[in-house]
Amino acid sequence: MSANPKSAADEFDNRVGPPPRRSHAASPQETTEPVRAPEKGEEERPPLTPARKRPYAWDFRAAGEPFVWSMGGALVIGILMIIGFLIFVVYNGILTFYPEPLYVVKLKDNKQIAGEFFRAEVYKLEPEALKGLPENVRKEIADQKGFANRNLYRIGNFDLYNEDFRWTPTHDIVETSTPKDMFFVERVEWGPFIGRITKLDLNGQIIQGSDVNMATLDQAVAQATKRRARIRQIERSEMGEVNHHLEKGRLGLRKVALSRGEESPEYRSAKDEYEAKAEKWRARHEELAREAESIKERDGKYTITLAEVNGQEKQLKLSDIVRLYPANRLTVTEKLHIYLSRWWEFLSQEPREANTEGGVMPAIFGTFCMTALLALAVAPFGVVAALYLREYAKQGRVVSLVRICVNNLAGVPSIVYGIFGLGFFAYLVGGSIDQLFFPERLPSPTFGTGGLLWASLTLALLTVPVVIVATEEALAAVPQSMREGSLACGASKWQTIKHIVLPRAMPGIMTGLILAMARGAQEVAPLMLVGVVKIAPELPIDGIFPYLHLERSFMHLGFHIYDVGFQSRNSEAARPMVYVTTLLLIGMVLALNAASIVVRNRLKKKFLAGHF
Amino acid sequence: MRESGNGETVYHAKQGPEGSLLTIEDFSLWYSGKQALFDVSMQVEKGFVTALIGPSGCGKSTLLRAINRMNDLIAGLRTRGRILLGDTDIYNPSVDVIALRKAMGMVFQKPNPFPMSIAANVIYPLRVDGVRDKSILRETVERALRQAALWDEVKDRLQDNALGLSGGQQQRLCIARAIAADPDVLLMDEPCSALDPVATGKIEDLIDDLRGRYTIIIVTHNMQQAARVSDNTAFMYLGALIECGETSTIFTNPKVKKTMEYVTGRFG
Repeated sequence: MSANPKSAADEFDNRVGPPPRRSHAASPQETTEPVRAPEKGEEERPPLTPARKRPYAWDFRAAGEPFVWSMGGALVIGILMIIGFLIFVVYNGILTFYPEPLYVVKLKDNKQIAGEFFRAEVYKLEPEALKGLPENVRKEIADQKGFANRNLYRIGNFDLYNEDFRWTPTHDIVETSTPKDMFFVERVEWGPFIGRITKLDLNGQIIQGSDVNMATLDQAVAQATKRRARIRQIERSEMGEVNHHLEKGRLGLRKVALSRGEESPEYRSAKDEYEAKAEKWRARHEELAREAESIKERDGKYTITLAEVNGQEKQLKLSDIVRLYPANRLTVTEKLHIYLSRWWEFLSQEPREANTEGGVMPAIFGTFCMTALLALAVAPFGVVAALYLREYAKQGRVVSLVRICVNNLAGVPSIVYGIFGLGFFAYLVGGSIDQLFFPERLPSPTFGTGGLLWASLTLALLTVPVVIVATEEALAAVPQSMREGSLACGASKWQTIKHIVLPRAMPGIMTGLILAMARGAQEVAPLMLVGVVKIAPELPIDGIFPYLHLERSFMHLGFHIYDVGFQSRNSEAARPMVYVTTLLLIGMVLALNAASIVVRNRLKKKFLAGHF
Repeated sequence: MRESGNGETVYHAKQGPEGSLLTIEDFSLWYSGKQALFDVSMQVEKGFVTALIGPSGCGKSTLLRAINRMNDLIAGLRTRGRILLGDTDIYNPSVDVIALRKAMGMVFQKPNPFPMSIAANVIYPLRVDGVRDKSILRETVERALRQAALWDEVKDRLQDNALGLSGGQQQRLCIARAIAADPDVLLMDEPCSALDPVATGKIEDLIDDLRGRYTIIIVTHNMQQAARVSDNTAFMYLGALIECGETSTIFTNPKVKKTMEYVTGRFG
């Protein structure tokens, strides 16, 4: 391709006449006497190629400049897209939790709305809508070719308004103010309340709205939060444990019934024993329920009455409040405090309100457990398979075929793995386990449905090619001289692999493993079939024997993004949560990749230090 | 002086006082159908340094690697003839190749210390042999490193990574490793080819020191080196052993024309 146009033209000419170069060179010999007769002993040499005109000008096509530019351009576009995406996610994710001021907007129809300003938009007005507008507004809109501006406010108070957000055309706005007494109240239910405090009732001690000071309020809310936590602890953990024991007893009885029959003496004695125990547990249950009830009753006496911006009142229990703050009189320090406490809540708490509020701790935990189990499963499998392929199998057509298959496995759509995992692991293997070990729980499945174990194994299957390929490459990169050195010392092949080859290949293997973990941690599609749920009632690890519950379904950050963003009641309200969760997941995968680089460099330093 | 090519080896090697340790009898070798060694017969005297010389591709490394069966790693290998260590044929199917290699140390062209500490490198042959006794291991480290003239340089950093040593030190470490298990034979495959002249000099001094204690076979491209360190020299050409004899004779008064051409640098 690099032939220049001149020589191409020459070649074309050559087809007609004799090649000019050769004819020129040959002509002196043909026509005239040789200049100098070859001396004796000197071999006849071909004459030197005569000078010919060479184009020394810069050749545009040969230099390949356009290709360099297009290559650079492609790279820049790719990098810009990635950086743009990251900046977009990070910007939105980081700002989500920062407290915004509350605006009170007075409208032309004398109504008011209060809320956080969310975003502004230019929109096209319907002709009918235009008719009802005053002359000057119509003219203004006509000047903008029929477009008008509108603002979106997050108005909260879903229980009163039946909407969280409201669009307000700017030409309807009379006045916007930021009154100091507006409060932003995050509630356990119904999303935020935006309004003023009219009355605080602390077990009969009534404080009017104007007299409420922040210290009293914060203290009261903190106490209420403690009560809520206590009720929750009783209802979730303590009564949960009692229920667990009752269920265990019932299942034990059923097991006896299944193996011995309901007429057998064993069953009768087991039943008596169970009844006695169950009585005790039921009594404990009653006791706990009473305790919870008494706390609830006391809790009900601590209330706050709030009024939304148009004066409509709403009474709340203090314990229903997660956090409240006067948005328009916060100092920067207070804002930062709220910002950080929201992050902490996000990372350490369970979700509320169908996942659109609260935290993602169970999802982080589930993702972590699943990734750890995945690594446990995939590491030995992948490494052992690669060892056999590279070190023991006779290199030939069959091994090449296996290798191609392994590489292709990495390209199978992940949902296919999900279906396989559901069919093979959950239904076939899990179903058999249930038949064999948990017959008393049937027909409700234990292992026979999606769960943490099956999800991890499915993803292990999905990522095993990554580990195999990485391990094989790492093994192939171990110099032959190392193996020979070891064998010459009288080591067997296995000893050589164990002492020399594997340690030396470890950086590559670890890199592959961590990349596989990163790939597994971000995978969502197959998980939807094999065990991920929207809200998991229990974490996969808890204080009840056997502590790690592999059969439980779990929450996952990737699925959480999908669920919050696309399956929730109000996608507008959920959007900030999607950004933050995405930020978190990207951060996790980034951290895993960074860890892989660090591990690789560390091990490299250890094994490949200073050659000469 | 004889022309070569009649297929016979001109043999005038010096006899050792303790007799021969290795006997190679009509040994031929094929790599997947391609013959690399042609009926090689020679004896390696006990306690002597025997040098194998010859142009590239003449089969001297192949012969060396046939002695501890390192060639077994290559697929499609076939041999004929015998190599006797004492009176055991090492190609006899009943011989365990791992046990055989334990009786032979080998040093390679490029230093290949393992990515572990200096001490761990030296005791590697003992470790794979199952020796766990700390005192034996410690003694071995010191003895082998002293024999390899490396002890004084590394005695304070035995737990450092061996890859931090210089090239010459690495090669002496490999020699220490090769003699750690007290082998009968020490095989050296161009041990100085990757080293500078100073390091080469040290290795040659070391070989001189080890003479008598171990039976050494050394493959070398460097004729001066062969002349300096060896007792007997074998000249190989195109897979055949052309001449094997006392080193001084080979280099000053070879019996075969081909040998003379090679040692005088006419080809090679």
